[in-house]
Amino acid sequence: MATHEKLKSNSPSGPIENRWDKHRFDMKLVNPANKRKHTIIIIGTGLAGASAAASLAELGYHVKSFCINDSPRRAHSIAAQGGINAAKNYQNDGDSVYRLFYDTVKGGDFRSRESNVYRLSQISPAIIDHCVALGVPFAREYGGLLDNRSFGGAQVSRTFYARGQTGQQLLLGAYSAMMRQVAQKNVEMYPRREMLDLVLINGQARGITVRNLLTGEIESHAGDAVILASGGYGNVYYLSTNAMNSNASASWRCHKKGAFFANPCFTQIHPTCIPRSGHYQSKLTLMSESLRNDGRVWVPKNKGDRRPPNEIPESERDYYLERIYPSFGNLVPRDVASRQAKFRVDEQRGVGPTSEAVYLDFADAIKRLGEEKISEKYGNLFEMYEKITGENPYKVPMRIYPAVHYTMGGLWVDYNLQSTIPGLHVLGEANFSDHGANRLGASALMQGLADGYFIIPYTLGHYIATAKMEKITTDHEAFKESREEVTQRLNKLLSIKGKRSVDDIHKELGAIMWEHVGMSRNAEGLKQAVEKVRKLREEFWQNVKIPGTPDYKNSEIEKATRLADFLELGELMAEDALERAESCGGHFREEYQTPEHEALRRDEGFSHVAAWEFEGSGTSMKWARHQEELEFEYVHPSQRSYK
Amino acid sequence: MNLKLKIWRQKGPGDKGHFMDFEAKEISTDMSFLEMMDVVNEQLIRENKDPVEFDHDCREGICGACSMVINGNPHGPQMATATCQLHMRSFKDGDTIVVEPFRAKAFPIVRDLVVDRSAFDRIIKAGGFISANTGSAQDANDLPVGKEEADLAFAAATCIGCGACVATCKNASASLFVAAKVAHLSLLPQGQAEREQRVIKMVAAMDAEGFGACTNTQACSAVCPKEISQENIARMNRDFAKYSAKSR
Repeated sequence: MATHEKLKSNSPSGPIENRWDKHRFDMKLVNPANKRKHTIIIIGTGLAGASAAASLAELGYHVKSFCINDSPRRAHSIAAQGGINAAKNYQNDGDSVYRLFYDTVKGGDFRSRESNVYRLSQISPAIIDHCVALGVPFAREYGGLLDNRSFGGAQVSRTFYARGQTGQQLLLGAYSAMMRQVAQKNVEMYPRREMLDLVLINGQARGITVRNLLTGEIESHAGDAVILASGGYGNVYYLSTNAMNSNASASWRCHKKGAFFANPCFTQIHPTCIPRSGHYQSKLTLMSESLRNDGRVWVPKNKGDRRPPNEIPESERDYYLERIYPSFGNLVPRDVASRQAKFRVDEQRGVGPTSEAVYLDFADAIKRLGEEKISEKYGNLFEMYEKITGENPYKVPMRIYPAVHYTMGGLWVDYNLQSTIPGLHVLGEANFSDHGANRLGASALMQGLADGYFIIPYTLGHYIATAKMEKITTDHEAFKESREEVTQRLNKLLSIKGKRSVDDIHKELGAIMWEHVGMSRNAEGLKQAVEKVRKLREEFWQNVKIPGTPDYKNSEIEKATRLADFLELGELMAEDALERAESCGGHFREEYQTPEHEALRRDEGFSHVAAWEFEGSGTSMKWARHQEELEFEYVHPSQRSYK
Repeated sequence: MNLKLKIWRQKGPGDKGHFMDFEAKEISTDMSFLEMMDVVNEQLIRENKDPVEFDHDCREGICGACSMVINGNPHGPQMATATCQLHMRSFKDGDTIVVEPFRAKAFPIVRDLVVDRSAFDRIIKAGGFISANTGSAQDANDLPVGKEEADLAFAAATCIGCGACVATCKNASASLFVAAKVAHLSLLPQGQAEREQRVIKMVAAMDAEGFGACTNTQACSAVCPKEISQENIARMNRDFAKYSAKSR
């Protein structure tokens, strides 16, 4: 099948190393004096949103920035632990822009766009330079130079880090740059606002409808372009490593207004999370991938071995990642590590009270490096583990198990990060672009900041310079219609007055998604998932119980509007997983595996991006599936091997 | 275990507020404090009552959204722990637990346990940054930073902006929050160009927001979930004295 007309990537051609330079020159510019006449709306203040707000405001645009939290600094990028990749080759270990590009295309199991990935890798060194200039306190060697660590899916050390709090430090850097622009009145900050609709005029994204979460007021904001940087949709599973308020609503509202949703079934299950402990569990906590630099993953060789770990002798332990993948060992990519952990648990060799865990053991590293060195590298992670589990990982191996962590899928964007709606640009985790079917560790921070600091400032300018737009204000009829639509939907939700709480229904959705659209999937289960999600959605609209009224800070309303959207998205994820009859990256279809249980790609039928167009209306779902064919001119698709 | 809770309820900034008594039953010791609050809220919803509003997000101790004064301590009894990372194994069966919002004049109450901490954003806006436009940076390794300074700057920069320091201070001072940012940036070579202006502007913004003065009781560092050191306040005061004298 050919690429759908709306899915033209607009990637430049020619030698890959020159494409971005050429494209930057070919794009139109906006005169500095004219920039301040343009208002840019940005939703989200994580790495992508805050860096975009700061950079665009520095260029002179008037930016209106929106976030759901009380402060832009609380966006969930703050929780990223391990690090950020960059092709600096400071370690003299053979890294290069090309190698990072190669690792990322391969790591994504050949389901990403080469031009985008190359650009990302090319930009990566400048991100580190800029963050250091902003005062980000990366880890350093005694000589004062920057330190690196290794991450999964790579054989070089290219990850920059600030202990286990890299996301926090990078986000505070972007936040401070944005606050400087707030002080200069180039950015207007609107916290505690939730985007509930995208406003289109003449087919272009011209504004948003938001709900003020403190007063319940429905507000309109107009602009010349809209940038969505609202993160991923992992919370469709209820339990994930995402923050409690992370949600898909802004993306989903845009999807229903015409933005195609790409590869929704590409979700990342992170191998090293603290296992769940009971039905009351509200979220799962990640233990950074960096721990796999020094921790060794194992399970007992014997089924159902219930002895405490220190009583299991070395000869009765199976360090299965080292055994199966001798060249990458414990540092195989996330999808591979997660799947292998699941296999061990399925073989009844899981450990801990629920038997749904494997060990991550630091005993050897402590013996080799000493407790002090280990504490210096991972101290805060070890403390966090102990707070949650009550066990001391310096003495007893950590128990870990995979959990939903990141979504590679998202709104489809072209090379300019523009969605299928003119003027709607999508950055960071909210878009689908660079990670294919599996994201490598420490690449999310890189992509969010590349999009915000170094790509959108150019590509947005091109859009502003070339798009023909009429002058509008929020008095335009389209804003009024949008407000009415949003208000009606809210009123409908509030009038249900059913019996089940929002969380109760969300937990059921999560269980369906985890069982059928989780670490391994099959056609039968996916068909069931579609049916079950539809049924649950019906129940939600008849039986959800939302207490109180909408005119004050009412978290139950916030949760309900988000769940209403998850209940639609969940169905699309299952549909997409069903249609993609192959295994690739994080999408493992049981029907398609090699004799060694590795993911079996089917390039002849599926070397494409699946982008879904919404064709339903209201709560009745209908989609058309379109394709963007992927071409690999440089990294030739092969069976991914980490052996 | 079973617990008796006394939770602060307040409809808005104008409301007087009161304690609500609540019995939480069959609470697991493996639950986090906020998961216990989730259980409370589920029950309130079942009983057709308004659930308790509280701020929370990452539940990993890093976003700084959660607050709550638990038995008189901001973030509860465990050192170096935000409320979301506090687990019920810190309590005993039959305990009475008092839960209140962070109280300070500069943190007006929004509802129940939710307070308005936007004053912190306004303080950062006054000078908590390095003015470096995107695209203008030199190679990151052109500017070596000694490991010791880098580690001290990092330790100060780990502040999560939760406001526990303000909530525990008898003067409701924001000195630890401001000092953490001042120290983070003034310890680094990149932060030198704006060092003088930064401390003067940030301290002025803190005063304008209605936070109190620091009287060195060190209660702030004791409750800080990230254990931000008192030394940072000394660093801030030293710079402030030096540069404000100079600017006169």
